[in-house]
Amino acid sequence: MADDLKYIIESLLFVAESPLTMDQLKGVLEAEDTQAIKAAVDELIAEYDARDGGFVLRQVAGGYQFRTQARHNAWIKRLVKPSAPRLSRAALETLAIIAYNQPIIRSDIEHIRGVDSGGVLRMLMERKLIRVLGRKEIPGRPLIYATTKHFLEVFELKDLKDLPTPKEIEELGKSRLESDAQETYTAEDLSDAINETVGDRQDKTDDTKAE
Amino acid sequence: MSVTMDQIKGDGFDPGGDEERYRVKLENIFEGPMDLLVHLIKKAEVDIYDIPISRITEQYLAYLEWMKQMNIDFAGDFVLMASTLTHIKSRMLLPTQLGEPEEEDPRLEITRPLLEYLRIKSAAEQLAERNLLGDSTFTRKPEPDLFKDVADDQVIRIGLFELIDAFQNILDKVSSDHRVDLTRDRVSVQQRIRELTEILEEKASMTFDELFTEHRERADIIVTFLAILEMAKLGLVHIAQHVPTGIIRIFFQ
Repeated sequence: MADDLKYIIESLLFVAESPLTMDQLKGVLEAEDTQAIKAAVDELIAEYDARDGGFVLRQVAGGYQFRTQARHNAWIKRLVKPSAPRLSRAALETLAIIAYNQPIIRSDIEHIRGVDSGGVLRMLMERKLIRVLGRKEIPGRPLIYATTKHFLEVFELKDLKDLPTPKEIEELGKSRLESDAQETYTAEDLSDAINETVGDRQDKTDDTKAE
Repeated sequence: MSVTMDQIKGDGFDPGGDEERYRVKLENIFEGPMDLLVHLIKKAEVDIYDIPISRITEQYLAYLEWMKQMNIDFAGDFVLMASTLTHIKSRMLLPTQLGEPEEEDPRLEITRPLLEYLRIKSAAEQLAERNLLGDSTFTRKPEPDLFKDVADDQVIRIGLFELIDAFQNILDKVSSDHRVDLTRDRVSVQQRIRELTEILEEKASMTFDELFTEHRERADIIVTFLAILEMAKLGLVHIAQHVPTGIIRIFFQ
């Protein structure tokens, strides 16, 4: 039975179009023994990892799903059309603010980013990465935003706790700030460069006129 | 960001470089005043906790001036930041009087949001580095259109009055001995919206009757109804009626 269970789960996962949750598996299998199901799923994950083939079993958005290996993405993209354009830096920043501070209203998002975020929010809504939870009962009744399950699926996150902790981010951010500083060390001074370029531009226009 | 910066320096500030490309890119580089400030601080290689405010303010204003010259439109946010910086600078110049309680470093007004912004920036970069669905990893059915509308001719969008009629029917079915118990905790409309959103995320659509199967109390039914109206108003759901059967369905947008 143990092997059977594993392969039944495997076939369910193969057929499912969205991540299968433990509850869904339990429901289909009419089993109460979560442990046995969990053990079988873990075994499957290990098997696919060991095989290291075309796809692996991943835990995403509170469920389990087969996903292709990242290293084959160029080939897959030759077969299927790209689903959506890449997210801009502004979109990623806004998404990060919402992911870490949800539920959150627009003015708080804009306070952190320092720029108007209406357009970005609309785009994130259209792409189902964020959703409206309701309105905050303060003057103006602003909309409250939060991330969706689809967000977890797109970013291959088990759940929101799977996001790096603020402490981890800070450490990574620090090292990044330092390395960036080193890179910019060799660059010319900004204001000098600006003046030079402005000067150049004028010179050039004069040249063309002369010609 | 550093990559783009290098590109800018590479072909932008090169006197022989392509001017047009250089201009366009710069417009995209500093998306907001925070970005510009981060850049200036990184470039000056100063401690974010000890910003030489007068130097940075000067550079910031010089940059705004330059943007004006280059005919780059910038939003009022840039001006607001300039005034904040100038204000901090002037407060730094004020002598602290003896006997007065020690004031907080005026620069904290800018340091705190900067730190928060840097944290978010690296969080965003880490998100971008993940295996993105539809880009680096794919599922068996790429991009499932789970929320797609059933654009069936048999379905019409319904108005408020049909909805109220349906609601009246549900209320009529509630037996009268279910009286409102004032001592009970009431669920807020807000909370019900959250619950319904979660259910609809799973199921994509629900019939009108299904929505009310769990909550038999009159007060609960009313809260659910108000929640649906609010959600429709917010554009979270749309409500349609199947013509032959008359069944009303709520679709998650």
